[in-house]
Amino acid sequence: MKNIRIIPRLDIKGPNLVKGIHLEGLRIMGKPENFAKFYYENGADELIYMDVVASLYGRNSLDEIIKRTSKETFIPLTVGGGLRNLDDIQRVLREGADKVALNTSAIQRPGLVKEAAKEFGSSTIVISIDAIKMEDGSYQAFTDNGREETGVDVEEWAKQIVDLGAGEILITSVDKEGTGKGYDIELTRIIANSVSIPVIACGGAGEVWHVFDVVKNGKADAVSMASILHYNIVHNSGTKGNFKTEGNIEFLESNKQFTKIKDASIREIKNYLLKQGLECREVLGEEDRGFVR
Amino acid sequence: MLDKKVVIIDYGMGNLFSIKNACAHVGIESRITSCIDEVLSSDGIILPGVGAFGKAIDTLESLGLLLVIRSSIESGKPFMGICLGLQLLMTESCEFGKHKGLNLISGSVKRFENEVLDNRILKVPHVGWNEIILKEKIGSKSGHTFLKDFNSCEYMYFVHSYYVEPEDKSIVLTTTKYGSIEFCSSIQYKNIFACQFHPERSGEKGLQIYRNFRNLLVGS
Repeated sequence: MKNIRIIPRLDIKGPNLVKGIHLEGLRIMGKPENFAKFYYENGADELIYMDVVASLYGRNSLDEIIKRTSKETFIPLTVGGGLRNLDDIQRVLREGADKVALNTSAIQRPGLVKEAAKEFGSSTIVISIDAIKMEDGSYQAFTDNGREETGVDVEEWAKQIVDLGAGEILITSVDKEGTGKGYDIELTRIIANSVSIPVIACGGAGEVWHVFDVVKNGKADAVSMASILHYNIVHNSGTKGNFKTEGNIEFLESNKQFTKIKDASIREIKNYLLKQGLECREVLGEEDRGFVR
Repeated sequence: MLDKKVVIIDYGMGNLFSIKNACAHVGIESRITSCIDEVLSSDGIILPGVGAFGKAIDTLESLGLLLVIRSSIESGKPFMGICLGLQLLMTESCEFGKHKGLNLISGSVKRFENEVLDNRILKVPHVGWNEIILKEKIGSKSGHTFLKDFNSCEYMYFVHSYYVEPEDKSIVLTTTKYGSIEFCSSIQYKNIFACQFHPERSGEKGLQIYRNFRNLLVGS
């Protein structure tokens, strides 16, 4: 029995859900908690909230969003972005997160992973790796949304993470992220084959087939995606106006579909996986429940 | 809100807040506490837990809660154990050396192996949604109250590396398959319901278990 998890990833900046390309050039999509509720009601297996500016500017505005989300959604919520120490982790867990994703702080001080796993349990600790393919073909871990080079080889790091007691790995290809060109299959397979804990693939989904590809050929245990799902909501219902604006809202105002992405709903993704013989939790009911702004 | 007080036992492990939110959602007033008096005066008990068995037992013991939990369960109070809260009811666990449990249910706690199936390593912990297969025999008995109106297969959310093996198979309410193992994913025995999965993280069907718990409290 191997049930593939479909996990919407919501990148958050201030009060808004945002989406960029290669983790840069953020566009505002709407209120994260509304997207979260919609995904919860329409078949998401888990949710990931990533505060994309927290580790850059040292601020963490997620708290209220987490609190509101955890009262309305009853699936696991992983929160990452700017968590530096055990106190930060404790805080987001107390606000209603079920797991935390650590990246920069874990690479800077691997001992934190061990302490966190001991304090909160291995299954609570997800290590997020942002990987970039180097000229020599190797993959290197980057921090601060793919800006800071670390010199750490991702495969070595993944193995070390398991020894330190982490429960899962979220592997994001910065090269593919937001492009819609498909997941980095090679990267995902390298990690999935070298560790005994579940691996969540992230970055690059541009059509339903890509999700199947990274499970079948990348050996991912779970798949995370953003644009393909967010654009489906914008596509079907539009989310113009009526939210706090901060940053680039050009995309929403133009109301254009992002051309490289063939958007899809979780239902469409799961039905496709099931048809291809993979196992996942079916989305119940005949059609999706509406998006409430 | 229901005029019954439920305590969620806080011994420093696991996400108690999602349990509290689930309780609130179905109209159960709950308190997260490690206070002996509050546990004693409660109308129902939820024992959650994520993490290591040995540490959990030691912490409960040092808080003076081990005996209190045992006597409360024996007094017939509705009790729900979740994840580690199921495992702790057993006689013993082999997690990081042998540890004695509450021994309210005869049986042991075992670990999944990283077996290889279809060229893929079986990942441990077992994380994600999986089917719970209802044991039909129980349907005819007085048990089954927590899974009232459930279909024979429902999906629930799991996160665990260990599973329980009760000696008395008649208390097994559901089983679940992972790798080549079909393990016990929930039990019901007298006033005890305990599950390996996390109903508060298992969507609407999971919340139904909390509603059934609420209905039991009304009747108690």
